[in-house]
Amino acid sequence: MEVSRHDIVLVGGGGAGLRAAIAAVEADPKLTVACVSKLYPMRSHTVSAEGGAAGVARDDDNLDLHAYDTLKGSDFLADQDCVEVFVEAAPKELVQLEHWGCPWSREKDGRVSVRAFGGMTTKRTWYATDKTGFHMLHALFQTSLKYDRIVRYDEYFATKILVENGRAVGVAAFDMRTGKMHAMLGRSVILCTGGAGRIFPFTTNAAVKTGDGMALAYRAGVGLKDMEFVQYHPTGLPGTGILITEASRGEGGYLKNNKGERFLIEYDYGVGGKAELGPRDMVSRAEMREFQAGRGFKGPYGDYVHLELMHLGEEKIDKKIPFVRELAKNYVGIDPVFEPIPVRPVVHYMMGGVDTDVNGATELPGLFAAGEAACVSINGANRLGSNSLTECLVFGARSGRAAAAFARGSSTGDEKNALDQARSEEARLDRLRGKHGGEKIAQIRRELNLATEAGCGVFREEESMRAGLDTVVQLKGRYADVGLSDRSLIFNTEVVQALELGNMLDVAETVVLSAVNRRESRGAHTRTDFPSRNDGEFWKHSLVKFAADGPRLTYKPVVKTRWELEERKY
Amino acid sequence: MAETKLYKIEVLRFRPETDKEPVFETYEVPCMDDWVVLDALNAIKDDIDPTLSHRWSCRMGVCGSCGMLVNGRPVLTCAAFVRNYTGTIRVEPLSNFPIVRDLVVDLESFIDKIKSVKPWIIRKIEKDLSEGEYRQSPAQLEEFKQYSMCINCALCYAACPVLASDPDFVGPAAIALGHRYNLDSRDEGNAERFETLNAHDGVYACSFANECSQVCPKHVDPAMAIQQAKLNDFLQWAKILPKKSFT
Repeated sequence: MEVSRHDIVLVGGGGAGLRAAIAAVEADPKLTVACVSKLYPMRSHTVSAEGGAAGVARDDDNLDLHAYDTLKGSDFLADQDCVEVFVEAAPKELVQLEHWGCPWSREKDGRVSVRAFGGMTTKRTWYATDKTGFHMLHALFQTSLKYDRIVRYDEYFATKILVENGRAVGVAAFDMRTGKMHAMLGRSVILCTGGAGRIFPFTTNAAVKTGDGMALAYRAGVGLKDMEFVQYHPTGLPGTGILITEASRGEGGYLKNNKGERFLIEYDYGVGGKAELGPRDMVSRAEMREFQAGRGFKGPYGDYVHLELMHLGEEKIDKKIPFVRELAKNYVGIDPVFEPIPVRPVVHYMMGGVDTDVNGATELPGLFAAGEAACVSINGANRLGSNSLTECLVFGARSGRAAAAFARGSSTGDEKNALDQARSEEARLDRLRGKHGGEKIAQIRRELNLATEAGCGVFREEESMRAGLDTVVQLKGRYADVGLSDRSLIFNTEVVQALELGNMLDVAETVVLSAVNRRESRGAHTRTDFPSRNDGEFWKHSLVKFAADGPRLTYKPVVKTRWELEERKY
Repeated sequence: MAETKLYKIEVLRFRPETDKEPVFETYEVPCMDDWVVLDALNAIKDDIDPTLSHRWSCRMGVCGSCGMLVNGRPVLTCAAFVRNYTGTIRVEPLSNFPIVRDLVVDLESFIDKIKSVKPWIIRKIEKDLSEGEYRQSPAQLEEFKQYSMCINCALCYAACPVLASDPDFVGPAAIALGHRYNLDSRDEGNAERFETLNAHDGVYACSFANECSQVCPKHVDPAMAIQQAKLNDFLQWAKILPKKSFT
């Protein structure tokens, strides 16, 4: 086993992780950060974000309006103090990215352009055509190369948070290239590992989104908050689930049913005059209702609706949303200049995650989390499009600074326990390679996917959620008997998949458990058996904690500052 | 569901602990007609041979993980549809890189080259955040925009005939990236990048075979960047020389 020592151990090199790393080394001129990532940082899933990043930019806008839109979008489950911090820091972070070379799209006068987005009252979404996440991630990665004190461990897979005297003091991670386990020791740890969309079968998410950091924190005793809130994006390509950006509607695209109607206008789905610029949960529900009413189109991958862009014209499509055209042409053989794009709701984002405060701190001293892996919460029961890229920046930076301050104020302490824990991880990894067993990774993963989809789809009800929960628990039992055939130490992706599946199972259990116990409809969590929001009983965050005999569900109050709860109608 | 057809997929396997040299292994894979080569590799991994190792992530042509040779040509396997190939589909790791295992190559030299061109904004004086953004006109953005589209997939390194004989050549993606920052109106780092871009293994090593631009899945034109960078180098030289001679 190898031992590496740094001040901060960061897991994850996407938008939040790289922002945290840069913030940490800028906060303290002596400190070093180990950036541990299971893939090269510029391949992280931030790269796939398309539409933009929200932050107040114009005179007709203000911070309170951004905060209100975000809270209303969240169905009033977001913590209001955190949302205030978020909207205030957002414009500065976006300017910072500009100073670091992000090629934001521009106005004639040289200012950064902003576009309309779902649930936002006015234009405040900064964008780089429709490859915003790609450009932000590459700008962050390239800027991070300036700092020798950000020490990258590319293609290292973290398996456990090391805990010493009730403090997080590093992670056990193995080098995928050699199979060798490393004890990555530090004085604080930051998790920026993204979401867990891959627990579902039909998702916009990349293969790597397996909830690794969520599972690591959970097993270290930290609660996972609001896990029942899974965002379905209304415009995914049937079959692959590839994302067609909300910017396509922000730039004026229409959603139409098989009667050629703009159903968001023709029928009352609660989005009012916002129509296609309604929030994602509502638009996804509307699409499902259209399918139920027989007004969807039938395809080999189920029902779909049309996203029409033809009226925007070729010039605008190529200027504002060229990636949409590229993706539609490549993956469904449709040129949106001439034909509508088939789209349907697709799992996109986890509102829930590792329970943190406004600085990314968790209840385990020394452990921080940011980005989609974390739940601060600013997204509550439904995130507004373009708030998540900004969230990566704002809370990545805050957790980086907080982790730096924590590291500065604490000693390394005795390493014995941490090294013992890493050694037992090394032994676990050895046992896993080529392990005999009757179950197959791919088969368990498929059954897990079916269970989450059946239990936690756009519409949910008691019985299917109960069945889903039972299935997940059974699959966890079967996972213990999983068999592996690859004994190699070198780039053994089978062992990585086995570990990822273990993470997915734990995370999926928290999702279904939180969902079945929330007997109301709020934001993305829509129950046919409890169709209304119930503030009296459920205006609170779900919090699932790990226990040896199964997860424990508790609750935590929502923080309110200046905004009253109101009915969510647009 | 879409139609299923049996494809023969020939994959170069290399298990360094047991294989002396890489060998081809053939798999018969039932593929749907809307599948890409990456789907076929994942089907092999899931249901036929879980020991196959390959990299992939976004499956939508933007993360840059899944570049391989398919029938000898460097492509993103997530964008290479099986229906566009007839007969056996041959999948190999990217050329001009050492193989780590199976379809996974060693990209460390590539990452080092990316870093060597100092791909970040360099300024004498940085503007304070409170002063807002640097103004940049759409025309100024257009100057460098295409060179900012590189996804670091390294297909151009696999295609480059110079890299086949001179592994130290900085290479198309890195030169294009350095050039991207040189062209950015916010940047003043031209002189600092001069050393790498103008070195023996920099722009002048390019033989202008144009293979890099041919294989780029994002329509970046690294060959053009290299030619422009040569001109830029000349202008730098012309600008710097008199200054130096006076000091």
